[in-house]
Amino acid sequence: MARPHIRPKRIIPTVAHRLAILAYVLFALMPLYWLLKVSVTPNNLLYTEGVRMWPSQTSFEHYAFVLAHSDFPKFFENSVIVSGSTAVIVTILASLAGYALSRFNFRGKYWIVVLMLLTQMFPLVMLIAPMFKMLSPLGLTNSLTGLVIVYTAFNVPFATFLMQSFFDGIPKDLEEAAMIDGATRFRAFREIILPLTLPGIAATLGFVFTAAWSELLFALMLISGVDASTFPVGLLTFVSKFSVDFGQMMAAGVLALIPACLFFLLIQRFLVQGLTAGAVKG
Amino acid sequence: MASIDIAAIRKSYGSVAVLHGVDLAIRDGEFVVLVGPSGCGKSTLLRMIAGLEDITAGEIHIGGACVNDLEPKDRDIAMVFQSYALYPHMTVAGNMSYSLRLRRAAKELIAGKVKAAAGTLGLDALLERRPRALSGGQRQRVAMGRAIVRAPKAFLFDEPLSNLDARLREQMRGEIKRLHQSLGATSIYVTHDQIEAMTLADRIVAMNAGLVQQVGTPLDLYDRPANLFVAGFIGSPAMNMFQGNYHGNGGASVVIAGDGSEIPLGRAYAVEEGSRVTVGIRPEHVHLGEAGRGIAAPVDLIEPTGFGTILHLRAFGSDLKAFTLDRTSARVGETVPVVLPPERLHLFDAEGQRAG
Amino acid sequence: MTAVSTATTRRSAPPLRRLAVASEPYLYSAPALILIVAVMLVPLALGISYAFRDVKLLNPFGAPFIGLDHFRELASDRTFARALKNTLFWAGASVALQFIFGLILALLLNRPFAGRSIVQALVFLPWAVPSFLSGLNWAWMFNPVIGPIPHILTALGLMATPSNVLSDPFNAMWGPIVANVWWGIPFFAITLLAALQAIPRDLYEAASIDGANALQRFWSITLPFLAPTIAITILLRTVWIANFADLIVVMTNGGPADRTQIVASYIFTQAFRRLDFGYASAIAVVLLLLLMAYALLIVLLRQSLLKRG
Repeated sequence: MARPHIRPKRIIPTVAHRLAILAYVLFALMPLYWLLKVSVTPNNLLYTEGVRMWPSQTSFEHYAFVLAHSDFPKFFENSVIVSGSTAVIVTILASLAGYALSRFNFRGKYWIVVLMLLTQMFPLVMLIAPMFKMLSPLGLTNSLTGLVIVYTAFNVPFATFLMQSFFDGIPKDLEEAAMIDGATRFRAFREIILPLTLPGIAATLGFVFTAAWSELLFALMLISGVDASTFPVGLLTFVSKFSVDFGQMMAAGVLALIPACLFFLLIQRFLVQGLTAGAVKG
Repeated sequence: MASIDIAAIRKSYGSVAVLHGVDLAIRDGEFVVLVGPSGCGKSTLLRMIAGLEDITAGEIHIGGACVNDLEPKDRDIAMVFQSYALYPHMTVAGNMSYSLRLRRAAKELIAGKVKAAAGTLGLDALLERRPRALSGGQRQRVAMGRAIVRAPKAFLFDEPLSNLDARLREQMRGEIKRLHQSLGATSIYVTHDQIEAMTLADRIVAMNAGLVQQVGTPLDLYDRPANLFVAGFIGSPAMNMFQGNYHGNGGASVVIAGDGSEIPLGRAYAVEEGSRVTVGIRPEHVHLGEAGRGIAAPVDLIEPTGFGTILHLRAFGSDLKAFTLDRTSARVGETVPVVLPPERLHLFDAEGQRAG
Repeated sequence: MTAVSTATTRRSAPPLRRLAVASEPYLYSAPALILIVAVMLVPLALGISYAFRDVKLLNPFGAPFIGLDHFRELASDRTFARALKNTLFWAGASVALQFIFGLILALLLNRPFAGRSIVQALVFLPWAVPSFLSGLNWAWMFNPVIGPIPHILTALGLMATPSNVLSDPFNAMWGPIVANVWWGIPFFAITLLAALQAIPRDLYEAASIDGANALQRFWSITLPFLAPTIAITILLRTVWIANFADLIVVMTNGGPADRTQIVASYIFTQAFRRLDFGYASAIAVVLLLLLMAYALLIVLLRQSLLKRG
């Protein structure tokens, strides 16, 4: 049986490498682990066993409370609706615009790109006040629809660049072949090009969903009622109302993690691939 | 099948003119090859015929009808791309049937046509495969099958063999020719490879720098190139060229080469006495080896190709390539007697045009 | 070879077709553009106008024009001055730490090893965590009642008794910075990893044949290739982080006593808590001017670098 011969010089760097990786993994996971740990610690052990690595007894009482006796399921549902709708609408708009930027060379192209870059650069927080004043008479404050509109606009530029880079990776002669075969450009776009950018679509959906899920400031500003609260708003209000019930808050936090982590784990494989395929614009 | 007429076509990108006025009449069923170096405008012309590029000026008629304003999908032409442009997410059958499915043809009709085309091209066993599971030659055939299924007015080929290795290219060349013989379809074929042009074309259109240099049958261009460009482009190894001054004297007319030596022309040509001319002769026409005749040319380099031998010689103050089918006993450094048969000479005037 | 003669002198497509063809790209990008203009540009213009008016949400009697009053108030606002300093510290420390640790991680991940894909997924996980949650999470970790960090710091001798960093007026800023670094390392790591993987392998092979060791290869191949990506990423990221107020709002609310306010969070506090839209907009205008100055600086820098070739 042949054993791989590792030259002695190589062992130290390899061990150092693995240790460094371990350190990063620990650093990345520690806060999440802590969150999980406290969320399953029963109330009576919460302060006495505060700093242990794992509680002597685990209990799901916090989850039970959060799911059954609080408004969290509503918050969760609202966030899913808002994030999901935003992701879908943004992906549609970004696909169309990204396709235009990828395939056409037209006079407005430069200005559109500049415009989109600019929107990425200025502080969105500036828009909070005027946005409130604009949406209020339209009845769109304290409404999920209002949030979706705002989030969609915020995410379209980045998503457009993302989709553009995916489209750039598909040769133009595919549409040309389809157009010669008898398709209009739009049909070729729908039937030939889009199916080939499924990784791009998945990545865009994932990015936008995650971004919308985490948005805090505009939700805080625009939403005032419990019925329309998204998860971040709900969690924050919860925190200020029940400032000492850590177990429940952490349980709610773990619940908040689930959709975002799922989405991310699904698409993370494509991330490095996708970013190498088309240039990352920062 | 249809004829294609190209009238006074110009193309500019912004202020950059790429085609300066092209006129061409292609007969129904003809196989025309547009050949020329990169950037000569041949692909642009092809894409204008297809409708993939706008026409800056001029008109294109397919089957007698002006197509300037028609979208590609309404021109009833089929195109084979250099990169094949097969739809990656469809099977071979799907690729070939796409155009018919777009027109909502009946399923049985589609199946029948796909089967027939697949049979002609030997693709029967591959119908359910996807492009990524095919070799280069197979993909090429699927691209052609996609075109055949449509029975269009004309076939357009955009350098379809450039991505294949040499052996495959030879094989596919033959298949394309055979296909044309059996289908008799009007075809326009773009390539930079003059061998493809010579072997495939009914007529060749040699292009350079956005202008048509010569139109004619392959042998026309080979035997009587109209200018220096065509003379140097067609034929491999390329034609030998010697610059000099014309000295007319009836049967003793000569061209005085750079080193003062004289190239006998055998007859007078219609060029001005003393003017700058270029004499051309193809390597395969250079006569070798009869001792006592011609001039003694030293041998610089010998390239045996198996098929024949290319000898690099020095003559008339310049390089002279000779090609012979015989095995030669010449060695580098030796001299060989060389004759340039006057009837095989081509003379080009000071503007590079063929002189009578 | 005869040219076909046609009676018409029409040369290219009629105006209607040309219009249709030329407007295609605009039709594709219109929905996105309309949304952006309506939801981002219009409020922007509106917001800038508020800076010159007295707009308080609680005051229903219109918004009188008050000229530069807000700006005068800003000039003597100590909190604002501190917020400016904090913004620099916040952005500088966050970006520097994120970049350094992100680069190291990218280098570590650039060589294949058993279990790399799992490690990659785990190490990029923080990015998936919503920012507000990572803020809360770290706030809880810093809380001596329920979190381990104060106890660890005390055990290491860095703290006298376990106390909350976030209530310490001198060190509170580090709380959000740590949370920001935790959250931001994956972004840098992914970007740099993608750039690293775009470097052709044969350059490294040629260099090792030429006799370069690992450090030399890093210096002469990796860095020059990475430099453009690094430059763009850092410049854009700095701006983005400077405006990133979520973590601060969640962890300290700008406190204790406004000591951790950055300009962006100050705007939010003015708008959200004091409901003084006019003042908030004035601060925002100043921020916008600062950003434009920053962008101008970058452009000028780029020009001078290009001139030097």
